Amino acid sequence: MTTATATVPRAPAQSRGHAVSTFLHHHVWVRLAALLSLPMLWLVVAYLGSLAAMLVAAFWTTNAFTGAVVHQTTLDNFHELVTQSVYRKVALRSLGVAAGVTVIDALIALPMAFYMAKVASRRARQLLVVAILTPLWASYLVKAYAWRVMLANGGLVSWLLHPLGMKGPGYSLGAVIITLSYLWLPFMLLPIFAGLERLPDSLLEASADQGARAWRTFRAIVLPLLFPAIVAGSIFTFSLSLGDYITVTVVGGTTQLAANVIYDNITTGGNLPFAAAAAFFPIIAMLAYLLAVRRTGALDNV
Amino acid sequence: MSRLPRTTGAAFAGALVLALSACGGSSSGGGGGGSAAPAVPKIPMATQVGAGEGELDLVNWAGYAEDGTNDKSVDWVHPFQKATGCIVHDKIGNTSDEMVQLMKTGQYDGVSASGDATLRLIYGGQVAPVNTSLVPNYATIQPFLKDRSWNSVDNQMYGIPHGWGANLLMWNTKSVTPAPTSWGAVFDANSPYKGKVTAYDSPIYIADASLYLMRHKPDLGIKDPYALDQKQLDAAVGLLKDQHKTVGEYWADYTKEVQAFESSNSVIGTTWQVIANLIAADKKVSVKAIEPSEGSTGWSDTWMIAAHAKHPNCMYKWMNWITSPEVNAQVAEWFGEAPAQSLACEHTSDKTFCDQYHAADKAYSDSLFYWTTPTKHCLDGRGNVCTDYSQWTQAWTNIKG
Repeated sequence: MTTATATVPRAPAQSRGHAVSTFLHHHVWVRLAALLSLPMLWLVVAYLGSLAAMLVAAFWTTNAFTGAVVHQTTLDNFHELVTQSVYRKVALRSLGVAAGVTVIDALIALPMAFYMAKVASRRARQLLVVAILTPLWASYLVKAYAWRVMLANGGLVSWLLHPLGMKGPGYSLGAVIITLSYLWLPFMLLPIFAGLERLPDSLLEASADQGARAWRTFRAIVLPLLFPAIVAGSIFTFSLSLGDYITVTVVGGTTQLAANVIYDNITTGGNLPFAAAAAFFPIIAMLAYLLAVRRTGALDNV
Repeated sequence: MSRLPRTTGAAFAGALVLALSACGGSSSGGGGGGSAAPAVPKIPMATQVGAGEGELDLVNWAGYAEDGTNDKSVDWVHPFQKATGCIVHDKIGNTSDEMVQLMKTGQYDGVSASGDATLRLIYGGQVAPVNTSLVPNYATIQPFLKDRSWNSVDNQMYGIPHGWGANLLMWNTKSVTPAPTSWGAVFDANSPYKGKVTAYDSPIYIADASLYLMRHKPDLGIKDPYALDQKQLDAAVGLLKDQHKTVGEYWADYTKEVQAFESSNSVIGTTWQVIANLIAADKKVSVKAIEPSEGSTGWSDTWMIAAHAKHPNCMYKWMNWITSPEVNAQVAEWFGEAPAQSLACEHTSDKTFCDQYHAADKAYSDSLFYWTTPTKHCLDGRGNVCTDYSQWTQAWTNIKG
């Protein structure tokens, strides 16, 4: 009836909770383990575990008729990938597309980001950032199919180029590079924009005071300071392009890229081990790219 | 995931001799390997259909289990649910291979499998034989679809036939003149329609090239477009590589082909009747689709029940429902294929439908070369000298370059 009776049953619970918190307070490792076990479980089991399972599967083979995986270690998949010239061709083409998209995005993003960070008014800058971020909300497929419509016979692109006496790229490798450049542009633009925002205006002014023209200021001041940002953006555009298989089926015409070989072997061929072996190529390409970037020192501040 | 019993290639081949000799014509049988033991896993067959279990999990082609979401007037799932109390959950399989993968998970009760998936499912132990006496509508299924090599083993049906169709040659009547009569129109390296030719994006399309070679290069000795030895496969790949130079794009998703024809990005290529109908309905371009003089490849679909179905009664009820005259007519009209149910022809909204699709025409049906899984043991009975589907898959990658 009184408040005292109400609090009595709660007292032991309170002290038990207190005991737990005291215990945790005195045992840092237990606390840390409790906090980290779930994320670690995710990282090790779900994330790295599935990757490891895939890499192991690359050394297996399948029953040709039923498509069942045969757990027998063999290097046949890799032998096939290395000896068949078509896979070399596809791999080189994929690297070319990834490099092309990265260069185009960098060339577009640099002046755009510079305008946004250094020239535009505060209000215009906010509007531009919104304009660049908004397409990221739209579905990837919608954007790819929009390009399919624009690149079609008599579509927007050929209509625009017609007065200039030029023809559109149609559905081709060129169309793939254009579409991917569009899709991944924000991933290049935003790091460069962030990098430029951190670049003090005073450095540009000082350079001008010393008599440097715009190009020289860009080459000697802006580019070296922006280099890590460009590299960060290029990691996105390069890896996203290397892993893409949808855009190429939508606007690529008859071309195929490395990711299509992986995808086709899973869905059409039902050959998971071969697909896993083929997946070594983008992994190795990305690791090589990251190592090359690390040597330049661009990752030191990350 | 259920695992296969370990069987040697020879045992498989031996089983296939038994399974396929019926259709293969002159089966030499000599190269079939020593083992005569059938490799078909023993899966028990249902003996009666009880009350529904309340649920049904299907793997099917798009358009086979419509519940009114795509088109309000197209709905045979809700009436089924009302009649049987079985709630349908359908999972679309985009390719035969995807369907085989999905059935291997063991989570589904049944599948609408094409001929290039059925045997893999039967020999893989993923599907059970079907007791046709428990499916009343089976009695009036077109006789020429019963006990065929792709849906039965030793005269034991492994499913209920659903419908079939041919892969046709379609062209834009304005751009392509004169009207083609042969598949040669898409296999001509100097085609005037270079860059606007389209082809089906799947290794199974190699059969279309080998069918063409079978008619025009008799010295290659191709007897069955799905039974190619290495030399014959190389010839088909050569033809397709030449074709590749003229192809604007390949299609696998049928909406993509509709759009490519309507924008005139493609003007000639292989198609399904349903695609030609959709383009005709849109009235943006005028197209015509025919079966060329060489004949055609095609598909024949069968509803199969999973070996370890959790809702077998509902699946039996579904197999009977989907092949009933009214529903089979609806599906056939929506998808654009010949219904397997002979009585369906009386229920189509377009009374000429069955004639258009040659639904009762056995001779026409027999002239088609239905999608079948190529195996090392030749389907035409030559022995173990043929190329299997994984080799076709590699070859297809090679063709696309």
